[in-house]
Amino acid sequence: MTMQTYTYLDNSATTPVAEAVLDAMLPYFTHRYGNASSLHQQGREAHKALEEARTEIAAGLGVSPAEILFTSGATEADNLAILGLAAADPSKRHIITTAIEHHAVLHSVEALAARGYETTVLDVDPSGRVDPEQVRAALRDDTLLVSVMAGNNEIGTLQPIEAIGDLCREREVPFHTDAVQAYGKLNLPMDRIDLMSVSAHKLHGPKGIGFLFVRKGVSLSPILHGGGHERGRRSGTENVAGIVGLAAAARVASTEREEVVARMRGFRKRLMGAIAEIPGSRLNGHATESLPHIANFSFEAIEGESLVMKLDEHGIAASTGSACSSPTLEPSHVLVAIGVPLSMAHGSLRISTGRQTTEAEIDRLIEVLPRVVEELRSFSPFKVSR
Amino acid sequence: MYTEKVIEHFREPHNRGKLEEYSAIGKVGNIVCGDVMWLYIKVDEDADHRDVITDISWETFGCTAAIATSSMVSDLAKGKTLDEAIALTNQDVANELGGLPPVKMHCSALAADALNEAIYEYLTKQNRPIPEALAKRHERIAREVAALEKRYEAFSKKDGA
Repeated sequence: MTMQTYTYLDNSATTPVAEAVLDAMLPYFTHRYGNASSLHQQGREAHKALEEARTEIAAGLGVSPAEILFTSGATEADNLAILGLAAADPSKRHIITTAIEHHAVLHSVEALAARGYETTVLDVDPSGRVDPEQVRAALRDDTLLVSVMAGNNEIGTLQPIEAIGDLCREREVPFHTDAVQAYGKLNLPMDRIDLMSVSAHKLHGPKGIGFLFVRKGVSLSPILHGGGHERGRRSGTENVAGIVGLAAAARVASTEREEVVARMRGFRKRLMGAIAEIPGSRLNGHATESLPHIANFSFEAIEGESLVMKLDEHGIAASTGSACSSPTLEPSHVLVAIGVPLSMAHGSLRISTGRQTTEAEIDRLIEVLPRVVEELRSFSPFKVSR
Repeated sequence: MYTEKVIEHFREPHNRGKLEEYSAIGKVGNIVCGDVMWLYIKVDEDADHRDVITDISWETFGCTAAIATSSMVSDLAKGKTLDEAIALTNQDVANELGGLPPVKMHCSALAADALNEAIYEYLTKQNRPIPEALAKRHERIAREVAALEKRYEAFSKKDGA
């Protein structure tokens, strides 16, 4: 299979590294390999690159460089936000989150619940939206944190984080948002957010690097102990090449944003129109209040893992929330939370575009998808109404 | 994750679809991940008066492994006597596919179960004695199908589904 005919539509899983990002990173492996903590020239160069990257990322968000804390990715950033806040203020014993968060958030919250924390896990409506009024009702004097993601990684639905942030501000409760899929694509209301998790590899940067924005004044205990890097909040030798790559990815995204996002919105609209023509299909998520690059559909009478494998046979990469594709054999908690019937949850398909996605690739998916759905249905025991 | 053999059977599954004329049908579902398989068999007497599965086909809702095991079990059972077919195990199905990922082993159980159920239905219809092993497996499978149907209640109520 040649690269020319391979259609990669799984950009919510990960993205190819942009050329400019790779070019920016390469010198930091071979020529500028210093440890940013070292005193010598190599060390000083690495330190300079690290702080320049931090400054650039902060400027892009309109926040202060000291508020950007580099981590190994968004999973660590989510863990640090939740577990770090809990450790810093043991008097607060209640956490609010939603049923459709990433597992990095949900499982961190569950780890605290196992230690006796009370949790409120908010439901979402059938499109995947949280009602800010639910947050208002759930807030307590001993609420440690509210964690609501900016845009969902499976179905794309955007959350009203501005309104939720306002409510948290009123009650002086820290507000954390996992912005992994939204960062670089949407304007984020940084004045309402206290903590925010970001990952580079979802945005054409390298894997293994991300950051946590921590508003000045929010106290956070480290979860990784060691040499006291990142102002004592995250020990471990800085991944300078990764951090330079992260800053470069943010730069690429910001330069191209308008054009890329407009293109993605167009793709999503086309997909929604074309897939609605397939009998027994449905959109999972929200028609308009959505991340531009994610579209999730379900097809009656077929199973998602085999659908993904059939598309792969045709050189198209996508993903599914089907139970059969998960190591736990449980269907996606997000699809279950929005009330997708189990059979339809088994038959889900997530299509996610990237900056490199072309109109021709969308054409190809639109041409191939109805055929493979039909093929799998031809030997399914369940029949679809026409 | 999947062997070449699994992918091969998934790409071009053998004996797929519904038989126009069949002697019995085995319907099973796996409650763990929601796979469902219907297996059709046509049984005829051969020259030595033995019951032979002369034709076989299936309809499956499921993952790559479920489809590949459906295809494989149909290959393995075709042309076999009922006694030979009863002796087929899920391990035989998995082995013939060059193995399955551990998390997908239950899919091969589904295929062997469907064959079991089809033979059970055939013998029952014919008022023939049911071998004990076949009857025991049937009881377990029936319990699992009941659990699956409960889980799929919402789906089956949908129009046309």
